[in-house]
Amino acid sequence: MSTLSAPPATSSRPRQVLDDAVIRFAGDSGDGMQLTGDQFTRTTALHGNDLATFPDFPAEIRAPAGTLAGVSGFQVHFSSNNVYTPGDRPSVLIAMNPAALSVNLHDLKPGGLIIVNTDKFTGRDLEKADLPRSPLEDGSLDAFQVVPVQLSLLTKASVEGLGLGAKETDRCKNFFALGMTYWLFSRDLGLTQDWIRAKFKPPFDQANLQALQAGYNYADTVELFHSNYEVPPAHLQPGTYRNITGNQATVLGLLTASQKAGRPLFLGAYPITPASDILHQLAIYKDFGVVTFQAEDEIAAVTATIGAAWGGSVAVTATSGPGLALKGEALGLAIMTELPMVIVDVQRGGPSTGLPTKTEQSDLNVAMFGRHGEAPMPIIAAATPGDCFTAAIEAVRVAVTHMIPVMLLTDGYLANGAEPWRLPDIDAIPAIDPKLATSDQAETFQTYARDEQNMARPWALPGTPGLEHRLGGLEKQDITGNVSYDPSNHEAMTLIRQARVDNIARDLPPAQATGDDSGLLVVSWGGTYGAVYSAVQQARLGGLKVGHLHMRWLNPFPSGTAELLARYDRILVPELNMGQLARILRADLGVDAISYAKVQGLPFTISELLARIQILSNPSIDSSEA
Amino acid sequence: MSTNEETPQYTKKDFMSEQTIRWCPGCGDYSILSQVQQVLSELGRPRHEFAVVSGIGCSSRFPYYMGTYGFHTIHGRAPAVATGLKLSNPALSVWVATGDGDALSIGGNHFIHLLRRNVDVQVLMFNNRIYGLTKGQYSPTSEAGKKTKSSPMGSVDHPFTPCALALGADGTFVARTADIFVKEQRDVLRAAYGHKGTAFVEIWQNCSIFNDGAFKDFTDRKARDEKVVFVEHGKPLLFGSKDAPKGLVMTPRIELEVIDVRGPEDEARVLVHDETNTVLGTLLARLKEPIAMGVLHRSSRPVYEEGVHAQIAQARARPGAADLKKTIFGNNTWKITG
Repeated sequence: MSTLSAPPATSSRPRQVLDDAVIRFAGDSGDGMQLTGDQFTRTTALHGNDLATFPDFPAEIRAPAGTLAGVSGFQVHFSSNNVYTPGDRPSVLIAMNPAALSVNLHDLKPGGLIIVNTDKFTGRDLEKADLPRSPLEDGSLDAFQVVPVQLSLLTKASVEGLGLGAKETDRCKNFFALGMTYWLFSRDLGLTQDWIRAKFKPPFDQANLQALQAGYNYADTVELFHSNYEVPPAHLQPGTYRNITGNQATVLGLLTASQKAGRPLFLGAYPITPASDILHQLAIYKDFGVVTFQAEDEIAAVTATIGAAWGGSVAVTATSGPGLALKGEALGLAIMTELPMVIVDVQRGGPSTGLPTKTEQSDLNVAMFGRHGEAPMPIIAAATPGDCFTAAIEAVRVAVTHMIPVMLLTDGYLANGAEPWRLPDIDAIPAIDPKLATSDQAETFQTYARDEQNMARPWALPGTPGLEHRLGGLEKQDITGNVSYDPSNHEAMTLIRQARVDNIARDLPPAQATGDDSGLLVVSWGGTYGAVYSAVQQARLGGLKVGHLHMRWLNPFPSGTAELLARYDRILVPELNMGQLARILRADLGVDAISYAKVQGLPFTISELLARIQILSNPSIDSSEA
Repeated sequence: MSTNEETPQYTKKDFMSEQTIRWCPGCGDYSILSQVQQVLSELGRPRHEFAVVSGIGCSSRFPYYMGTYGFHTIHGRAPAVATGLKLSNPALSVWVATGDGDALSIGGNHFIHLLRRNVDVQVLMFNNRIYGLTKGQYSPTSEAGKKTKSSPMGSVDHPFTPCALALGADGTFVARTADIFVKEQRDVLRAAYGHKGTAFVEIWQNCSIFNDGAFKDFTDRKARDEKVVFVEHGKPLLFGSKDAPKGLVMTPRIELEVIDVRGPEDEARVLVHDETNTVLGTLLARLKEPIAMGVLHRSSRPVYEEGVHAQIAQARARPGAADLKKTIFGNNTWKITG
């Protein structure tokens, strides 16, 4: 039983109402910044704000303490209005050490608030952050409001008497900082208190609770802040909400799709950042009959998935770039044998090991073209963390109804970023009909017989009497499925495989842009949706004529895409790659797509997109100079 | 179940497909195909309950010629495809047809992990000690010094001993036979079918084009008695002719040694085969001459897909299991009213 009292309902200082705030927690990878950010996010979501998060952490689990390489950050953007991105620049920075301050300072808004742990701004820690002098003393922070806090010392005092060692005491300081932040934004401590009680054993539960409360009280009592803030709840669409990350939404989408198809879910996966959470979370849902197979390697993961697809599972493999490269040959087999499965690629910075924990959209080429032979594959990309749910269901629906492997692209930014998600009406999601071949069709059964509507071949499961058949990677004759080396048959089958992908466009809504229907069209895909949407909105508020086309399906293109693009004077394609979609648009649709490329392992900021839109909206500027 | 109901009888023909067989004349694969079709037809199970999964290579054309379900996959990956299939439908009898290159070279990783997990499938590895389909390069079981197209001065690679490798990967059923041993091959195939867990069968198979006669020093009728010891659980490890029997004994260095068996004293020294003894199985697997044929090792260990599905059954039995809405909603929701 906690002896702590609830936070005071009113603060002792004036409260300022804000529409919008962006805060960033930054510290060592061992300081618990992801956990702190996650708690702040949950509390803020429950408070009713719309929000978006951006966890940004190094690939090393514990880089040397106090170094620039070891800095881990978590940014939360929350608002009384709709939120589409985690925010360009934070207005509040919580810096647990000099390295965290150094790495993050250049992002902070001028005049922004910095809460620093002054106990860490001494000789050794300054050295580790490559700082010759303390920035707290050399005037370099004059443009900001600095709130110096002896965080280590105060935390120590708050947990005194609980018998904690020095290291254990120090581990509580993120809760002290979180408590201060809760005061600053008038948040309730209850959710985090419950979480601490459930998560930690004595005496650590008590220690963290005391540190949290002490941080809150300290901020309330000490005259460090002029005021605190209130960001009132947003006017979101009515409904029931939860907070969700992209990987969570992908998992729930796959689970829902398997239930809607009435077939058990199979996931074949090999652990890889940032896709591993899909494996972890699906492993929990065994009560739904989910089989998770942690394979010996990426190739075994995808080939076991092919085996499970043949066996009748809703078969999925989840990976990231390096794993996708390894799966290439097997995906050719899945295309050749026309088996239904979903390949989830949570994109990260590449090539090679690249930037495992950073985001990028650079796997579009490999998704589209990364297999030997003519091997087209449908591709859908999720737009927001919550949209991963819908995109996963769509991917399964197309895979199962068209008997085809489908690529679902997400990215590190969507996978780890969170947003409030309005819970769907599960019953309203239509069933997925797997149209299994049955024994009463045995007389007429042919392995590659074609559905009249969508050219799908029958899904005939081993174990069904009378449907014995042989699949394989060798070219086959259409309808019979017998091995065939006939030259004209190979060409005919190649065309059929392409037509089967093109056919999917009939199931998709036609291309539709938002905003203006002439002028500049900004084309986005995947996780850049929020930033591009916001930038286009701001540009239009500023009087520019701008439309926005967001492409969920990248293969096939929705019908009417070419016609839509033709209506605009200029086409801008911002991508977190070197212009992969822009090149495809140029090649396939012959449009003069202008690429805006960013490959820094970071998402677009709204302001950089806005600046580019402003330049390109000026007809006197040659697009080649833009 | 009706007591009048008889076990349905199947014929070898039920297990044949309509496809024309395209192996080279004289290939050992013909015999293996015939024995497998025969044995499967005798098990009292309909053909739709069988699935044969293969990789790439001459041996991997096997599924096309079986009347069962079949999947000719990609090079080396048959064990992984079979694992996925078996996890998806554990009721199927899943067989893997593979070769020395497919299983031990490109697919080596999947091979050892299949055995480690003890997935309940049968693995028939046709060992011809050569790459046949790519026309005659040395394989991971080719003897050192072998001259082939890719090793004109002789291969400097050291070969695997497949059965020893399987035992090293904690295989629970390891057997060896040869294409021309009809009865013994069928016995081993039956035993493999009856084993719960991964049953690994190395089948010496003559490639009449690129490695003809690779095993004839052992398998020829004249050589057989002297060069092959057919092992049987609980029976002494004896071979040789009736007139000059030989046996295997254990040396103090834990090695197998051949002795002439001249009387009861010698007979008493001859080892009795114990399939459950992994050390003996390994010694037999590594024995160069005579070569040991039959079930070298058989033991019992939990089966992978049973473990997976037992956990699923346990989770399903929990109160409130598989509530989709509850799962999607999670623990922290809030309402926004209009």
